[in-house]
Amino acid sequence: LGRLSWAARLYVASVVAVAAVLIARGPLTFSLNSWRDIAVLGLLLVISDSTATRLSSGNLSWSANLTATLAAAVLVGPVGAAVVGACTAFSLRRGQSPAQRAFNTGMMALTAYLAGRVFIELHGHVGTLTASSFPMIIGPFAVAALAHVLVNHVLLGGVLWFVRNAEGAARRSYAGVNARLLLSDLGYGAFGLLIAALWSVVGPFAPLLVLIPLFVARWAVAQFAEQQRAYEATVGALCQAVETKDFYTRGHSDRVSRGSVMIAREIGMRADRVEAIRYAGMLHDVGKLGVPTKVLQKTGKLTEEEYAAIQLHPMRGLDIVREIGFLDEALAGIMHHHERIDGRGYPMGLAGDEIPEFARVLAVADAFDSMTSTRSYRGARPSDEAIAELRKWSGTQFDPAFVDAFVAAIKREGWPRPEPPVLADDELATIAAQDHDDPSAPLRVSDSL
Amino acid sequence: MVTTERRHELRRYPWQVRDSGQLLLVVAAGVWLVAAVAQTAATGLHDVRTAVAFGALIAFGEVLRLNLPGDRESAPIGFAGALAYALLIRVGTHAGQYSAQQVVTVTAIGMIIGALPHLAVGRPARVSGMAARLLCVACVAYIFRPLAGDAAIVKHVGLAFSLMTSLAIVALLLEAVLTALLRVDEQRARFRVALVDELHVQLPLGAAVGASALLIAFAAEVMGLAALAVFTAPLLVTQVAFRRYAGIRATYLQTVRALARVTEIGGYVEPGHSERVSRLAVAIGRELGIHEPQLLELEYAALMHDIGQLSLHDPISGGATIFVSRQDQQRIAELGAEVIQQAQVLGSVAEIVRRQNDPHRDVDPAYPADGEQSPGPPLSSRIIKAANAFDDLVGSSLDPGRAVAAVHQLRLDTAKEYDPNAVEALSRVVNRRSVIQM
Repeated sequence: LGRLSWAARLYVASVVAVAAVLIARGPLTFSLNSWRDIAVLGLLLVISDSTATRLSSGNLSWSANLTATLAAAVLVGPVGAAVVGACTAFSLRRGQSPAQRAFNTGMMALTAYLAGRVFIELHGHVGTLTASSFPMIIGPFAVAALAHVLVNHVLLGGVLWFVRNAEGAARRSYAGVNARLLLSDLGYGAFGLLIAALWSVVGPFAPLLVLIPLFVARWAVAQFAEQQRAYEATVGALCQAVETKDFYTRGHSDRVSRGSVMIAREIGMRADRVEAIRYAGMLHDVGKLGVPTKVLQKTGKLTEEEYAAIQLHPMRGLDIVREIGFLDEALAGIMHHHERIDGRGYPMGLAGDEIPEFARVLAVADAFDSMTSTRSYRGARPSDEAIAELRKWSGTQFDPAFVDAFVAAIKREGWPRPEPPVLADDELATIAAQDHDDPSAPLRVSDSL
Repeated sequence: MVTTERRHELRRYPWQVRDSGQLLLVVAAGVWLVAAVAQTAATGLHDVRTAVAFGALIAFGEVLRLNLPGDRESAPIGFAGALAYALLIRVGTHAGQYSAQQVVTVTAIGMIIGALPHLAVGRPARVSGMAARLLCVACVAYIFRPLAGDAAIVKHVGLAFSLMTSLAIVALLLEAVLTALLRVDEQRARFRVALVDELHVQLPLGAAVGASALLIAFAAEVMGLAALAVFTAPLLVTQVAFRRYAGIRATYLQTVRALARVTEIGGYVEPGHSERVSRLAVAIGRELGIHEPQLLELEYAALMHDIGQLSLHDPISGGATIFVSRQDQQRIAELGAEVIQQAQVLGSVAEIVRRQNDPHRDVDPAYPADGEQSPGPPLSSRIIKAANAFDDLVGSSLDPGRAVAAVHQLRLDTAKEYDPNAVEALSRVVNRRSVIQM
């Protein structure tokens, strides 16, 4: 909230003012015990707000704040909840401007108050819970939690609307995270009730016990995300290492991976399968390393044995990636990505639907990237020409459905033109004379004797 | 000298090297269990509903076992349930009056029922892990059950809370110690190293388990047995998060293992070379007391130590890097480090690979001859250097004579090339292997 418009300032000021009025009515009526509870829950709120996880898009963050405010709404009522919400002012979160801090404080206090009111209106009992209050309290609490989440999102949406009115894109990304945030917020809200329930037995230790498993879970999620990033980077680096040997195909795996994902999304593949085909695309040619350099470099016709060596590369690839546990369907894709619909491909000569779906997808992306990249025997061909070529072989070499899907996806999203390869002086790279992926220039094999 | 060492190693027979600790643990838990079951049978089961509910929770938790990084198995929900049962004071308004023997019996039955599905699908039952958990629960139960009815505990929540918290911590620490002892026995790690690693991995999940156990025990006073279901939920969330984390860790390792083999398929190195070097390097690292996170880096580096050869125009004949000039070796190491650096997340692995050929002791002209030593290569690089050289000399051969000769040859070069500690550790690992094979 750097430079604010007048309207935005007015909005922030009114939220803060309303919150201040609501809170000002309260403190004198609280008992000492209520003050203790408020202090503990306020501390909990400060801790959870200070350790909030940032969402990748923008400045929205995700924290367990409403666990504390909802517990307060049950234990000390709406005004107490508003005081706890106002503790947001003491958050140690970095990078907040004073205006942001003021707005967050006012928003949390106001939201907490309204949730507390909803709870009371629905005849929720305010105060320490006992065994007898149990099934009855769940309904009012759930509605209060829902109100809390909704009011929070509406107030936040309001300020974002004022601030980012000019930037249309930001609003769209906010709408994207909205649904996920809502659900996770409701989940955190439920823990507010658990804290309130335990309060009668262990008092202020309740939040500590309830939140430890959640904080550990959050830690594990962060670790997971980190490992996932590391994993992807490592696979990418290793695939690149395999490619460096043949400099015309650099970046090929990456592009085939992207193309396969485009097709997969276009035909509405499930998200986890899209993920698998992404890796399959990256790894589809690792077996090429088993083809001797001199075969790749040969300019004349290939002998039968040399052609056999090339035909073997999908199997070699399979040998390598077989042990990677998660890739079941991807394995089939890697093994059969050179099969043809008419059954004249390799290594097995499967035809039509016998060919695994992943393999049929990979084949289209693979051939397309080969044609649109520079080769030693020709320059890169424009996308239109390559599409025409795909269409020409559609039904004999490629699955027509996937060719159509790919063409539609390219029309919409475009296709990044690969950089023409530049060979540094001291680089050791093989220059392949033929490309086994190129359908417009099939490998020349001498007739058998 | 070699012969005396081998005789020294020979005192341990294969069946002694493995499993003796596990056996001891399982027998101890078994004896305790039999005694507990006998006593429970004699006095009869108290509070049957509570016992059944907790038994079911423990069985459920045992079904949902979790594999943590480093081939560790844990059953967070089952363990939390068992601890909660041991630490329970009241269910609703009704005091939990049952004996420690009953806790042990119910826990054991729950665990056994929960292990059955694992056996049914052909997974190992992992008796030693169950025995360790049972012993920890038993300790807590024998301390706390006699106190649970005590007036002071019932009245003062603060006292009960601190006592229960410390008992939960003791149980978790005890589990870490027992597991570490098992690992010392199984993998020949050092106890202190194993314990620190164990705590490092178990601490976050352990905190969640302990907290959930206390939650269930306290909440049962307010909600009755519904607390079991309600307060297992946070732990379930935690467990799901951990499962995903452990899953990606395992996939990562599998993938690096698999992709490291491209050098073999390309004919750059002998089949199985990377895998053998990495296994040997990890064994040496463990022998030298390297902690698990660094051990993982060592494993990655060892698996990928020849990846730089992919950038060579043609494979080195036979693939054995110790037979090519130092310049070429250096080039391969540099190229490999560059490849790994591309990933941007494995910085120290790249550094280990880069320095895998550096001699252990080098007279660096940049440093005065009598002054301080130049900083040598990292320990992991020195280990890979020794393991790689050993494998180039021995290959996949199982001939113990050849292995001994190879170790001897490396030992002759410890003045400059190879780290004497790494070579001695290598010698111990190799000797142990030949004993096991006999």
